[in-house]
Amino acid sequence: MSATVIETAKRRARKAAADVPPKSELPSPLARVAGIAVLVVATIYFIAPVLWVMIASTKSNRDLTSSFGFWFAEWNLPANYDSLMTWTQGLFWQWVGNSIFYSVSAGVIGTLFAVMAGYAVAKFVFPGKTIAVGLIMAGLLLPVALLTVPLYLEFHALGLVNTPWAIIIPSAVSPFGVFLGIVYAQDAVPTELLEAARIDGAGELRIFFTIVMRLLAPAMVTIFLFIFVATWNNFLLPLMMVSSAELKPVTLGLFGMMSYFAPAKGAVMLGALLGVIPLIILFFSLQRFWRSGLAAGAVKG
Amino acid sequence: MTASTTSRAVNGGTTTKRNRGARHQALTGWMFMAPFSVLFVVVFLVPIIVSVRSSMFAEVPSGDGLYGGGELVDTFVGFDNFATAVGSEVFWAGMGRVLLYALFQIPVMTIAALGLALLLDTFIVRRPGFFRLAFFLPFAIPGVIAAMIWLYLYTPEVSPFMSFLPEGTNFMAPGTILASMANMTTWTYTGYNMLIFLAALQTIPRDLYEAARLDGATGWQIATRIKIPLVRGAALLAVLLSIIGTIQLFNEPVIMESANPWMGKAYTPMMLTYNSMMGAVSPSGTGMASAYSLLMAVVAGALAIVYALLQRRKGASA
Repeated sequence: MSATVIETAKRRARKAAADVPPKSELPSPLARVAGIAVLVVATIYFIAPVLWVMIASTKSNRDLTSSFGFWFAEWNLPANYDSLMTWTQGLFWQWVGNSIFYSVSAGVIGTLFAVMAGYAVAKFVFPGKTIAVGLIMAGLLLPVALLTVPLYLEFHALGLVNTPWAIIIPSAVSPFGVFLGIVYAQDAVPTELLEAARIDGAGELRIFFTIVMRLLAPAMVTIFLFIFVATWNNFLLPLMMVSSAELKPVTLGLFGMMSYFAPAKGAVMLGALLGVIPLIILFFSLQRFWRSGLAAGAVKG
Repeated sequence: MTASTTSRAVNGGTTTKRNRGARHQALTGWMFMAPFSVLFVVVFLVPIIVSVRSSMFAEVPSGDGLYGGGELVDTFVGFDNFATAVGSEVFWAGMGRVLLYALFQIPVMTIAALGLALLLDTFIVRRPGFFRLAFFLPFAIPGVIAAMIWLYLYTPEVSPFMSFLPEGTNFMAPGTILASMANMTTWTYTGYNMLIFLAALQTIPRDLYEAARLDGATGWQIATRIKIPLVRGAALLAVLLSIIGTIQLFNEPVIMESANPWMGKAYTPMMLTYNSMMGAVSPSGTGMASAYSLLMAVVAGALAIVYALLQRRKGASA
């Protein structure tokens, strides 16, 4: 009884110690104030444009030029929404849907394949492994935009241009995903566990789909997140590959709206805002997975 | 499975067993590698071959039409496209802009990211979560959309802050537009790079700081003598990836060009490549576009190698 009390007290003390730094590590008051000032200025720099977009999307063109930028004027949101729908010919939500469809498809396919490849590299010896890893790592450093022109030629020859595949297939190939897969499989999949499963007579596929995938679930969320966001953000690839208005992702659709009309600027900003909301939700709900992915890259890289 | 079981039963020796183990490993390894490998070949290797081949061809009129024109046919031209690309002033002017951009933008962004990471890694704020999120938020906004937002922020009539700046400030003049675009990239990627540095900083054992304190080191000395040298690996990677990213600069100049037509269709090498593919600049065609792409890849590779070598030498002498 008393032992547990002491344990709890100790744990609490340790927790507090982690929270409150030792006196020697506390910055001086002056350094503290200066540091906080820098952080606040940086926060304003990073956040203000986003706040402005939110406010601008509720304004008419007249208020955008005449009213104070960082506060609301006359509530013009419904009119902006209507003009967004008119200018996109009712396709706006379809573009958002396309973006979700492309990003989810590329994310699911890409994550599964990357984890399989990472697991193979981490846990098996096979001929050609060194070359394969070398090529994939070279792919990590290749400026991918440069592949877009030849990719177009290849997909044109295959008859895949102006289909969803022309966006999904290239987006699903993630050398960075394989890199993360290798790192995580090395750390999180104990070889003894695989041996034990083999002795129990489990087939390799079953071992992968029931044991390994469960162990690598957090890693898979991270890889999915990276592929999803990269697909959503890609602009050059859909610009090359897709010409039908019905197939455009939201980035491409908004670009067309911006370049071909002299639009209501509030409506454009509303489109920009609505086009990133799914992404922002995903970002903030899955924050810790970002950090673990970047940590793996930072430490092993 | 049955066959291999039988063979083991017949031979039974340990060598066979080991061979079988190696074969099993090789087969299973490739089974798991295969799906990714196939897509990798389709998306990375085939395009490289395609672009090399395509760069050696040009669409030339066959000459049997009425006025010497006629149908366009793919004709082998060898390294002609390459020679045109290497000799193209427009290409190198664009490359010059991109390199100038990289020369300023990458150091500013990397130092800002490192500085913010170091600040968040001290005990200046108890809970860095909010700041971490705030700095990372711009990364959630696609490059094209970020460029559209900043384009409006740079437009005097719409901008919420330009009325506070001196009269005549122009963010989109020939002399300032490069810096204005660099600001967009910095805004988007500083938080991302900061997270990389923060992750690297957090792997440093805290006892090290304790020991340095006991030896009388100040906070500044700990940051410059312990922390910064230990995140060098992460910094190398961040800068390398930024160089590669900058060579392909496309989204920002395309958006800026939509409002500033004086920038032209070849402001950056990637714009030139895209527009020659689309026939918007001359010389055009897939052959020229492929030649530009390959030339950019060569420049990017050369820069990355030079940078990595410089860093390695510095690391060895330090």
